[in-house]
Amino acid sequence: MALFDLRLQDVHNKLNNKELSVSELVSASYARIAETEPAIKAFITLNEENARLQASELDKQLQQGGERGLLFGLPAGVKDNIVTEGLLTTCASQFLSNYDPIYDATVVRKLKAAQSVTIGKLNMDEFAMGGSNENSSFYPTRNPWNTEYVPGGSSGGSAASVAAGQVYFSLGSDTGGSIRQPAAYCGIVGLKPTYGLVSRFGLVAFASSLDQIGPLTKNVEDSAYVLQAIAGYDAGDSTSANVEIPDYTAALTGDVKGLRIGVPKEYLGAGIDPRVKEAVLQALAVYESLGATWEEVSLPHTEYAIATYYLLASSEASSNLARFDGVRYGVRAENPENLIDLYKKSRSEGFGAEVKRRIMLGTYALSSGYYDAYYLKAQKVRTLIKQDFDQVFDQYDLIIGPTAPTPAFRIGEQVGDPLTMYLNDICTIPVSLAGVPAISVPCGTADGLPIGLQIIGKAFDESTVLRAAHAFEQHTEHHKQRPQL
Amino acid sequence: MSEPNQYETVVGLEVHVELHTNSKIFCGCSTAFGAPPNTHTCPICLGHPGVLPVLNRQAVDYAMKAAMALNCQIADISKFDRKNYFYPDSPKAYQISQFDQPIGEHGWIDIEVNGETKRIGITRLHLEEDAGKLTHVDGGYASLVDFNRVGTPLIEIVSEPDIRTPEEAKAYLEKIKAIMQYCDVSDVKMEEGSLRCDANISLRPYGQKEFGTRAELKNMNSFRGVQRGLEYEQFRQAEILDGGGVVIQETRRFDDALGKSFSMRGKEEAHDYRYFPDPDLVQLHISEEWKQSVRATIPELPDARKARYTSEYSLPSYDADVITSSKKLADFFEESLSYTKDAKAISNWIMGDLLGYLNANGQEITDVKMTGQGLGEMIGLLESGTINGKIAKTVFKAMLESGKLPQQIVEEQGLVQISDEGAVLVIVDQIIEANPQSVEDYRAGKDKAIGFLVGQIMKASKGKANPALANKLLIERLK
Amino acid sequence: MSITPKDVEHVARLARLDLSDSEKEQFTEQLNAILKYAEKLNGLDTDHVAPTSHVLPITNVMRADENRPSLPIEKVLLNAPDEEDGQFKVPAVLE
Repeated sequence: MALFDLRLQDVHNKLNNKELSVSELVSASYARIAETEPAIKAFITLNEENARLQASELDKQLQQGGERGLLFGLPAGVKDNIVTEGLLTTCASQFLSNYDPIYDATVVRKLKAAQSVTIGKLNMDEFAMGGSNENSSFYPTRNPWNTEYVPGGSSGGSAASVAAGQVYFSLGSDTGGSIRQPAAYCGIVGLKPTYGLVSRFGLVAFASSLDQIGPLTKNVEDSAYVLQAIAGYDAGDSTSANVEIPDYTAALTGDVKGLRIGVPKEYLGAGIDPRVKEAVLQALAVYESLGATWEEVSLPHTEYAIATYYLLASSEASSNLARFDGVRYGVRAENPENLIDLYKKSRSEGFGAEVKRRIMLGTYALSSGYYDAYYLKAQKVRTLIKQDFDQVFDQYDLIIGPTAPTPAFRIGEQVGDPLTMYLNDICTIPVSLAGVPAISVPCGTADGLPIGLQIIGKAFDESTVLRAAHAFEQHTEHHKQRPQL
Repeated sequence: MSEPNQYETVVGLEVHVELHTNSKIFCGCSTAFGAPPNTHTCPICLGHPGVLPVLNRQAVDYAMKAAMALNCQIADISKFDRKNYFYPDSPKAYQISQFDQPIGEHGWIDIEVNGETKRIGITRLHLEEDAGKLTHVDGGYASLVDFNRVGTPLIEIVSEPDIRTPEEAKAYLEKIKAIMQYCDVSDVKMEEGSLRCDANISLRPYGQKEFGTRAELKNMNSFRGVQRGLEYEQFRQAEILDGGGVVIQETRRFDDALGKSFSMRGKEEAHDYRYFPDPDLVQLHISEEWKQSVRATIPELPDARKARYTSEYSLPSYDADVITSSKKLADFFEESLSYTKDAKAISNWIMGDLLGYLNANGQEITDVKMTGQGLGEMIGLLESGTINGKIAKTVFKAMLESGKLPQQIVEEQGLVQISDEGAVLVIVDQIIEANPQSVEDYRAGKDKAIGFLVGQIMKASKGKANPALANKLLIERLK
Repeated sequence: MSITPKDVEHVARLARLDLSDSEKEQFTEQLNAILKYAEKLNGLDTDHVAPTSHVLPITNVMRADENRPSLPIEKVLLNAPDEEDGQFKVPAVLE
């Protein structure tokens, strides 16, 4: 069994018993990266020198004995839109290719406090805009299960690095499915927490009212551990929720008896790959066998979610990305004629096509005369979409469906057709708009490519989501499958 | 140039006031003026990727306080919006401001011009963040950006187009400044930029209901500058209209040195600010309790003080207006009142000698060392006859410079009035003996001579002789 | 509503983007497709629906008026593409 396939508790015990050192873990990480990275391209920047130094520091601490947190010494990858002081943070954009951050994101401070080791910064769609990692302005990450296929996105590097065994766990960000969909495509576990549970401070904003940071792990238990470390109120984020953080691992009882599950008919309708539908139905059968019940329900405004999402997210993005002007940081275009020219050149040379497209869409949607028709209208429809979820959650504990309508697609297959690409997000976007938590867990494969099951919970009820995901894992073998690299 | 007499001028003012909080509106950096460039900055106010704003409660309280003092209705629900535009002094390329739910709306203030009171409506007061500062270098081909000022909390006060003359505009500004000073929410120093003013000005023929095309006038750096800028703009627009031309709606920059305004056309593209609610900030729900707690901090405002000064102390309206236009001056007045009951005397000294001195030296009351106690006690000494008016002038000057109390000055300089009959009589006799011609004139019926003789007595006593006593004794002697 | 190449140019100017002719053409086509798709929202009656800016019912998030240390100037200017005298340098504002 590979080192990173050990249960987190086992790694922890080995470290405490001095059967394993942090340096060995970190070396294993970089060795695996050396071996697989040419095919996968999950990383943008490696933190090797610092990581090895930190590992020997942590090993010294181990020698002194004492209690350690569960993430102590674990090799972690961080999506490259999460700001790390002194470690380049590029958002996979040419514009930020030289950006040397002067502060740490709150989640990074939390990881430092938990003493995990940051191995490097992970590839993504530029500024988290995309669902395939093909929008990275450096190189696309490839799916470890089949390198001709996309790993999903935008947290494609985060998912691929965990799936390929390069890191023990990673952090990603999810705006419309950017943790869950790549987790599904790469056969791992990806959790998007409730909006407001994890601080956004230091997450380079794409769509501020939707962005959330979450863990990508090989199993549900690890997901609970990492969530425990990063969740919690942050006075530096005005949209952070001041709620009690429960003990998430305490929820992993294996017991789902009596859970009421709603299955939206809209998520299993037209456009869904029959193999995905079959895998989801089989998963529901597992739940039934464990004493849960499920019924078909309706989220009637699902068909409006994608339009709503692209208007809102692009509008917010058009404003969020305006700060990339070449005045204080980033790559400034050479020899600008004047200030306006500096702005235009720096931004046009620094941003890729998808980023420009969304800035254009968002700028248009907010512009004079169109605000009410597009932005305000979308905000109102968002209310209806959220109400859909509220109504189902009045009667059900969880909503279950596929994470994505199909398994991963081939690299290049959907380039040039943004609208089709957007439609891949039909099952994840409504959840983001409602702000509720959801996890993607492996529930089968099709032609050797993983399929993800999406388990959606009530706001701040990550415990029930994790409990159901964990119970499914305990009674199936899907999560134990590994890509052959 | 044409006379603007046939046109009515319509002016609306947008006044920006920096709130004097300790920290910036959305981060913990200091708002202190005058630090080396960019030393009061952090990732948040520099607009680095990933940062988030957290609202300063004091800024909200100050904005509410200012809005209440301007008689605004305070919103129950308020929110922040992004105003999107690119400019190097705006690090996020949007300014966090308030669009459709400002802190306060529908306010008013009364101004007094030429003895008449006029009410000017206030459309709205909203809270926003200040921008950085640009300095032009390399012969105008480059600019340097200092972000120290970025994020200083600002309130923008927008007036209704109720102002009709440049004098009214100046009076309005002075009143706004006084109210902000009384509320203690800002330093309101135009020279440091903590009070700034833009004006919208248009002309229309008398009797016409519709407004004419307006110009927005910027860069007026003093109260006088505002008045001069508007005066120039009145003439400029009148000339255009007289010639049958049309005024162009545009932004114009006033050049104080040249006394002219210049079009800024071509330097700014047409703006489309694309306001939308800032998703990084949450709504403000302003409860009655919150409003009450802020309302309780509002001190007596200039209008109320002025009314009290005219009714309780019988000060002339003009004097009361001048004294209450500066909180510090009014506080000085009231401090004096604790040391003498003669309010009119205090007012006369302030209106005359004190303001004369301050204006001549371009100073404010807080720039001199004299205290209200000093003035009050000095008037007391005058009343008791310890000093006379002539000594008082000397004492007054000494107080301005040293801040010492009058009693001490009088003692140190031996300035006590001589009211002892015997002592004065000695001088009276000397003067009678030395001025036989005047004595003769007096006895021949020329009453004027008495004045000359008293003057001689005062001179001989170095101003210390009690003049009334000297007068009385002189007349008795000459009978 | 349909977007013309002129609209695209206007929006690009607002967003401070320089677009090549082929980009203009492509974006005109793609934005039209996306906005046409978004027109389906008009099929919903939202007259009595409140807009959602925030999914969480959080209000009145404020901090005390306390100073926190600012950055040393080296960090402020660490990423500056051009600087002079402790300040960020940019070309003049002139068009």
